[in-house]
Amino acid sequence: MPFQPVKFYQTGTFTVGNRLLALEQRSVQANMQRTNSLNSGHRACQGCGEALGARYAIDAAMRASNKQLIAANATGCLEVFSTPYPETSWQIPWIHSLFGNTAAVATGIAAALRVKGRREVRVIAQGGDGGTTDIGFGCLSGMFERNDDVLYICYDNEAYMNTGVQRSSATPPAARTATTMPVGPEPGNVFGQGKNVAQIAMAHNIPYVATATVADLHDLEYKVNRAMGMHGARYIHIFVPCPLGWGAASNDTIRLARLARETGLFAVYEAEHGEVTSVSKIRKRVPVEDYLKLQRRFAHLFGKTPALETIARIQAMADKNIRKFGLLEQGGQ
Amino acid sequence: MDKPFAITLDVGSSLANHTGSWRTSRPLYVDSLPPCNNACPAGENIQGWLFHAEAGDYEAAWRVLVQDNPLPAVMGRICYHPCETSCNRGQFDSAVGINSVERFLGDEAIKQGWKFAVPDKASGKKVLIVGAGPSGLSTAYHLVRLGHQVVIFDAGPLAGGMMRFGIPKYRLPRDVLDAEIKRILDMGVMLKLNTRVDNILDTMKSGGFDAAFLAVGAHIGKRAHIPAGSAAKVLDAVGVLHSMEGEEKPMLGRRVVVYGGGNTAIDVARTAKRLGATESIIVYRRTREKMPAHDFEVEEALQEGILIKWLSTIKQVSDEGALTIEKMVLDDKGFPQPTGEFETLESDSLVLALGQDVDLSLLNGVPGLEIKDGIVQVMPNMMTGHPGIFAGGDMVPSERTVTVGVGHGKKAARNIDAWLRGGEYAAAPKHELAAYEKLNPWYYSDAPKIMRPMLEVVRRQSTFDEVQGGLDETSAQFEARRCMSCGNCFECDNCYGVCPDNAVIKLGPGKRFEFNYDYCKGCGICVSECPCGAIKMVPEDV
Ligand SMILES: Cc1ncc(C[n+]2csc(CCOP(=O)(O)OP(=O)(O)O)c2C)c(N)n1
Ligand code: SF4
Ligand SMILES: [Mg+2]
Repeated sequence: MPFQPVKFYQTGTFTVGNRLLALEQRSVQANMQRTNSLNSGHRACQGCGEALGARYAIDAAMRASNKQLIAANATGCLEVFSTPYPETSWQIPWIHSLFGNTAAVATGIAAALRVKGRREVRVIAQGGDGGTTDIGFGCLSGMFERNDDVLYICYDNEAYMNTGVQRSSATPPAARTATTMPVGPEPGNVFGQGKNVAQIAMAHNIPYVATATVADLHDLEYKVNRAMGMHGARYIHIFVPCPLGWGAASNDTIRLARLARETGLFAVYEAEHGEVTSVSKIRKRVPVEDYLKLQRRFAHLFGKTPALETIARIQAMADKNIRKFGLLEQGGQ
Repeated sequence: MDKPFAITLDVGSSLANHTGSWRTSRPLYVDSLPPCNNACPAGENIQGWLFHAEAGDYEAAWRVLVQDNPLPAVMGRICYHPCETSCNRGQFDSAVGINSVERFLGDEAIKQGWKFAVPDKASGKKVLIVGAGPSGLSTAYHLVRLGHQVVIFDAGPLAGGMMRFGIPKYRLPRDVLDAEIKRILDMGVMLKLNTRVDNILDTMKSGGFDAAFLAVGAHIGKRAHIPAGSAAKVLDAVGVLHSMEGEEKPMLGRRVVVYGGGNTAIDVARTAKRLGATESIIVYRRTREKMPAHDFEVEEALQEGILIKWLSTIKQVSDEGALTIEKMVLDDKGFPQPTGEFETLESDSLVLALGQDVDLSLLNGVPGLEIKDGIVQVMPNMMTGHPGIFAGGDMVPSERTVTVGVGHGKKAARNIDAWLRGGEYAAAPKHELAAYEKLNPWYYSDAPKIMRPMLEVVRRQSTFDEVQGGLDETSAQFEARRCMSCGNCFECDNCYGVCPDNAVIKLGPGKRFEFNYDYCKGCGICVSECPCGAIKMVPEDV
């Protein structure tokens, strides 16, 4: 059954909690006893979407697994900012793999637990978009194909942030990164074929695939919970804005994630065994400019002579998503 | 060294790393002034009482409400609710039905028999109040709460002032009014009816009063110079409405013409209709847009079949009641100008609703008073030019509404109290306004306003039954929950959830939140994602 949001007419449908809702209708994050899996003192930048997304996801997984959880973590910001030797922010058993082999390390942990008969202990692998869509892609596909009992979570901030904002295969067209400078006839990243790992995961027919953003906590927690309720290979792709890499204000992190969804640029849905089972509809549709303008990585599109054609191409991507996933309510415009 | 291979340091927690030192500005929880509270002439803490109504704790809601206004069931019916006009939710979908919820709470209090608490400490001071209308009653209520003894003198046969003798029953049923007045009197307020004060200084002296509050209202109908035949029936609106409360109802006839454009004109025309007039016609010299009466009342009158002749003045009344009407046009400044075009309108009676004057006779011989245009001037503390004599309501310069009168009562009581104690009342500084731009409307679900039921028109044309109904509990609670809690934390947990650094400490139900500045990096996400604008960012001294 797809996610049924609480219909609460003040707030509560969208806010983290609400004093008037029953405890079980509030999010894990509203709970005073949440794990805080990724604790204070970590060295992520101000307003880091990845730090937020990781705490949201792992706290939810901790609740779902009754705190029986081990996580393997690819190299990347999340690993670096959380564990400068000898400190750690993790409140869970956590292991740092290499940049490209997290899926394989998690598969190994799952196999070891199976051998030891510890079926109650669940395994998560997590990494950035670089670690997932590029270098770790082979291991990940293998994990899917073998249907290993691992939930893989990708925190997508659309570039290699940890090493100084280089392009990844998840970097959107036209975005400025250290390796796609806004120069020449097609400034910023190229309009390529794209590489949608959530769709590729679906093509493996694994039990569960979902996308989510840090702007919709209830949906994100629901999806982690749903995934934790299943066994086999599962994949959740979480959209996490990066203030530093995107050139955005640190207080705009959630707003950007919301806009990515509301423009249609990032489709939020879930799928089981290769078939989409639910789609988060757009609530208030906005043009892509509203999203792009808040980020300096797209500033070259809004110079003296705005790059109208490029903006139109990005809008066309959003429109295509809207068509493809049916992101508008029936009768919506 | 007893450490695993290649490990030289103990595992430490990142809690040792105080990231708060990165911060250049810090978030702060604030309580800002919601626009509804700001607009309320009675100074109600509307957001504050809606907060309890949302949770279904109606008694707590009512108790917060009556800290400022002792007449919620009355006000929930007849207040023109400027709170709703300025409600931020109006910019989102439609304003919160504050007035409906107020009425629900007021009615609930009457039903449940909730009483006012009386302080056990008496000040030993005695205050005379002249006039048992809204501002007199409100002053009495607040003075008793401040520990003073209060006596009210009223010239009329019943308490209530304009609430009884000016506002028709179909807008304010008398049992509701009586219940709310009784609750105030039950606090130990002494009320002397049919007691006219002829000389305020004498009355104060003989009664041993330490101060007085005058609130005699404005009950004298203004007369216009319209040449009228000696047999013509010309009445004034205040008189007509007043006599509605007596044994003998006014005889207005089948064709009643009301002259004027204020709320009183509408009240009289609607009353005439209910008394059996086949035609009840309002003659007004300007247009609907310029009419001082509230548009919803004009609308309700039109629904009941009241006719309105716009851009018309009455020039003359013949013995038989034929009115000579001159057509007007508006000039570029919006003032009506005569056209020289005339017509005749037959009538059985003409009621003038051209405004009211104050009966100032009780003030004869009081030194120091300043009276301008027939109205008593008061200082910002509501005191007249004579020390110890305060005044409020319709007899001082102000908008003449019940709500304003009630607001005067609270203000006057505080100042009288300060004066009696030999000090001066200083109001707490106003909080910053919680403007709509400070909210994050994303978090509010769409929820259209619930309108109150209206009596069907046929019954409105022939009976004095209450026109507007109340909301049932579910609807009243729904309305309360539409409040966006502008500028005041309502514990939605957003800040606690959205901080990437766990730097918000949740203190538990009813206790709100606290920042942990050891770790807060100052990203400002909590500020941006707070639905109600209850957090602000302030620069750190660096
Ligand atoms: C094999 C290998 N190549 C390169 C690196 C350097 N490196 C560390 S993190 C990183 C980028 C991580 O990007 P992503 O996976 O998107 O995570 P993010 O930092 O953006 O969260 C790179 C290139 C490495 N650690 N190992
Ligand atoms: S939404 Fe609530 S707090 Fe805000 S103005 Fe309206 S009634 Fe007042
Ligand atoms: Mg990345």
